[in-house]
Amino acid sequence: MIKFFNNSNIFFWIEKFTNFINSIFFVLLIVAISFALIFSPPDYLQGDSVRIMYVHVPAAWIGLASFTLIAFLSILNFIFKIKNLFLISKSIAPIGLMFTCLAIVTGALWGQPTWGTFWAWDARITSMLILGIFYLLFIFVNKYVLDQHRANKISSLIAILGAVNIPIIKYSVEWWNTLHQPASIKIAGASTIHSSMIVPLLLMFFVLILYCALIFLMKYKTEIIRIKKKNLKRL
Amino acid sequence: MLTFKVKKRASFLTLILILTVFAVFLILKSLSDNILYFKSPTDIKTSEDLIFNKKIRVGGMVKKNSLKINSDEIKFVITDFKNELNVSYSGTVPNLFTEEKGVVAEGKLQDKKFFVADRILAKHDENYMPPELKGIKKKDAK
Repeated sequence: MIKFFNNSNIFFWIEKFTNFINSIFFVLLIVAISFALIFSPPDYLQGDSVRIMYVHVPAAWIGLASFTLIAFLSILNFIFKIKNLFLISKSIAPIGLMFTCLAIVTGALWGQPTWGTFWAWDARITSMLILGIFYLLFIFVNKYVLDQHRANKISSLIAILGAVNIPIIKYSVEWWNTLHQPASIKIAGASTIHSSMIVPLLLMFFVLILYCALIFLMKYKTEIIRIKKKNLKRL
Repeated sequence: MLTFKVKKRASFLTLILILTVFAVFLILKSLSDNILYFKSPTDIKTSEDLIFNKKIRVGGMVKKNSLKINSDEIKFVITDFKNELNVSYSGTVPNLFTEEKGVVAEGKLQDKKFFVADRILAKHDENYMPPELKGIKKKDAK
């Protein structure tokens, strides 16, 4: 275990993964975008603005998933004080923030032509904004609290408390009347998106996940270099 | 692995999480009227203290064959398949606003049956499909 988390060993694997993702990323990106923008049919009601969904939905999923992951890592980190987990969650946070913002912005651009408004204070949209604020808090604490141990402790607590918001986002459309539509793809049961639209959606999701992995590996590498500069042999 | 300190931190965290969930639950429960983005016609029919001088939002489906568009006024009926509410509106509507689709109207209640809207939002449902398929489904229905 300790040998695996040796710095040069981690470096070796990061390089390998980055190269592998780089080799397939652009091909997949072109395939996914051409499916989303050209080959998929327009919607019967919205027409071509349905294509915003192919970015909006994966972005929202990633925003939620990375916060869940950060919260999970933070719980382990808070209890067992494993420094590596802290570095990982620190590297995930900016990605999650970016995709949460992307989901909000694309949602506004979609809302204007379909709903007739950019913004509505309904439960789904507001709770998504709160998620973005939790991301910001997490990042700012790590940046501006200079004492490493304190930053670690405070940001872990922020992530764990913010995790309470995650089920609220997920079920907001079922618990309350919202302008936002209910989920189309359910964990159990048939989805209400036609299969010709699901394929580009899942492709886009896969490509964006790869993109996240790429950014994450780069961020994680910088964090490790920072540790190395302090002349620590292992984490 | 499970030293005294680890156990202490774990129980501290569990306690904090339980308290937070409880607090959030209480907050959401007390705010539940404000979290609802719109009221349904049934809510309006059953509520005791109706607000007539303040803006509220009402939502539901636009009833079939109820949409009448004049030169200066749009009239339609919002229904939740139990109760109905007449709405009058003048202005532009979003693209998705048609009969048998979701709608949210923002404006003032005149009385229990009549609502004057000054803003109309269309509510999209969770169904996405290509246009050819919609035709097929309609034929099946007939």
